[in-house]
Amino acid sequence: MSANQALRDSPDAVSQLQRKMRKSLRSRPFEVLIIGALWLCGMISVLTTALIIFTLFGETAAFFGEIAVTEFFFTTQWQALFEPQTFGIWELVAGTLNVLLWSLLFAVPIGLAAAVYLSEYAHPNVRRLLKPILEALAGVPTVVYAFFALTFVTEDFLRPLLGNERVPIFNAFSASLIMAVMILPTIASVSEDAMSNVPRDLREAAYGLGSTRLEVAFKVVFPAALSGIIAAILLAIARVIGETMIVAVAAGSTPNLTLMPLESIQTMTGYMLQIALGDAGRGTTQYTSLFAVASTLFIFTFIINVIATIIVNRFREAYD
Amino acid sequence: MTSPELPVEISLRAEGPVARRQMLSRASRYVLLGATLIGVGVLAFLTYDVVRTGGGRLDWDFLTTYPSRRAADAGLRSSILGTAWVMALTVSLAIPVAVGTAIFMEEFAPKGKALSVIRLNIANLAGVPSIIYGILGLAVFVRGFELGGIQLIPALGPSIIAGALTLALMILPMTVIASVEAIRQVPPSLRDGSLALGASRWQTVWHHTLPGAVPGIMTGTILAVARAAGETAALIVIGAFAFIAFDNSSINDSFTVVPIQIYNWTTLPQEAFRVNASAGIIVLMVAVLSLNLIAVLIRERFSRK
Repeated sequence: MSANQALRDSPDAVSQLQRKMRKSLRSRPFEVLIIGALWLCGMISVLTTALIIFTLFGETAAFFGEIAVTEFFFTTQWQALFEPQTFGIWELVAGTLNVLLWSLLFAVPIGLAAAVYLSEYAHPNVRRLLKPILEALAGVPTVVYAFFALTFVTEDFLRPLLGNERVPIFNAFSASLIMAVMILPTIASVSEDAMSNVPRDLREAAYGLGSTRLEVAFKVVFPAALSGIIAAILLAIARVIGETMIVAVAAGSTPNLTLMPLESIQTMTGYMLQIALGDAGRGTTQYTSLFAVASTLFIFTFIINVIATIIVNRFREAYD
Repeated sequence: MTSPELPVEISLRAEGPVARRQMLSRASRYVLLGATLIGVGVLAFLTYDVVRTGGGRLDWDFLTTYPSRRAADAGLRSSILGTAWVMALTVSLAIPVAVGTAIFMEEFAPKGKALSVIRLNIANLAGVPSIIYGILGLAVFVRGFELGGIQLIPALGPSIIAGALTLALMILPMTVIASVEAIRQVPPSLRDGSLALGASRWQTVWHHTLPGAVPGIMTGTILAVARAAGETAALIVIGAFAFIAFDNSSINDSFTVVPIQIYNWTTLPQEAFRVNASAGIIVLMVAVLSLNLIAVLIRERFSRK
């Protein structure tokens, strides 16, 4: 009879063993203390989420105590700073989508091309050199990008190119172009990882059938890595809609229901920063509107992050 | 007798559609390389442009004088000190908690639903925009948090400690994720050996798992610190947008940081302030990019082993 079987057959022995284990833990109070402290650390992140949801939705509820839900969702004018105040979220959402649309238009093709190059064409040494440089772009503080969007892109590039009368000093396009640069490394790096994870056999089979490098890259590797690529783009989208400084500095502060690039607009984050810079007193509608917009932004990014997580997890299962 | 003529000339060059496909493929290399170099080019140009406009403004006085209404007299003294205070405090708050969380998740938490909820929660927190952390900091730390009439967190005002708590929560998820990855890289055989020799679980973690994970944890931490040092929006929201003309001496002081000073100068219309902003950007970029470089070097050094 093995020891395990002996334990199974005698409940007495089990409880005896459990007592012994408890006693051994008691004899190491330090150990118990440490594990307790580690547990507390783990709880802090859970608590953070709870606090975010509690404060955002608490003040949002206060906002909807004064402003009708229907006004928020079904009217289109956002005018919070002067009378008559109107709070239709769509102008701010349009501002965010405007910047998102134009930045993706540039960042997705360039970022994916860079990913294909690094994964399928580049010599390993070239990749070891280029990848950290691209990732350095992701480390540039956004206030630096903001400075460039306003001073360089608008004043030194767009205005001389298209004329002062067609390019307002604050415009969505300058923010979008710089935002594209900001998310380029996210798209390139995450997609490159996905492409590098595609098994070699697939590539070699394609080469064996006479495919050229270009065909292997775009007809074999690209489709095989598609879920990782989509996840990369989703991560980039979440970064764009949450980015604040670039749009606050360069895109303007006039809510505007348009997707045209050469317009002065305001995004959700831009509005939040504007209110934070002013001194809206606690309890005023301006103050609670900050939280209503923040909740909207939070829900947007939350949904995108969840979809990205699901796609990434599924993609991991495919090749591991 | 002359050598027999071959009926056709044999060539190894492809012709027709195959030649076209090969040519396309060869050409594609340069197009894709060009796309990759756009990013590198932008980084090089950004560097060139700020050094050209701000390089002349950068001197010892600029680093050691207080901000001023006159561009020529303004400097970074209070914002550099503010950044140093906030970063020191952020790191000392965030790192122990992040590493503790990672150890708890990898070594002690019972595998199951609860653990996967914590994992998902951290992945989601990592995607929350920084301005939302600012709003959390404003509502919870600056104005204080009370629940059911009980003051759970006192109102800290727009102080260094409020800023550091906010940034610590902001960098916590990415530091936890990096630490978890680092702990997973430690070979299980080390752990098993230690446990088999009778070490307790904590002794195993402290003497064997953690030392092996230190390079990975450091890389992740340094990248997180670089992010926090460049953070602007969250700190503006908690109220660090202030004119500070004194040296910070306590964690309850109001403060400002280098990125906010740069933002402030950027929004002023006078050209001289733009020059100040460029000079400030040089200081910030040198700090942030050297942190990034250190992180890359640590990663390269230890990944080769």
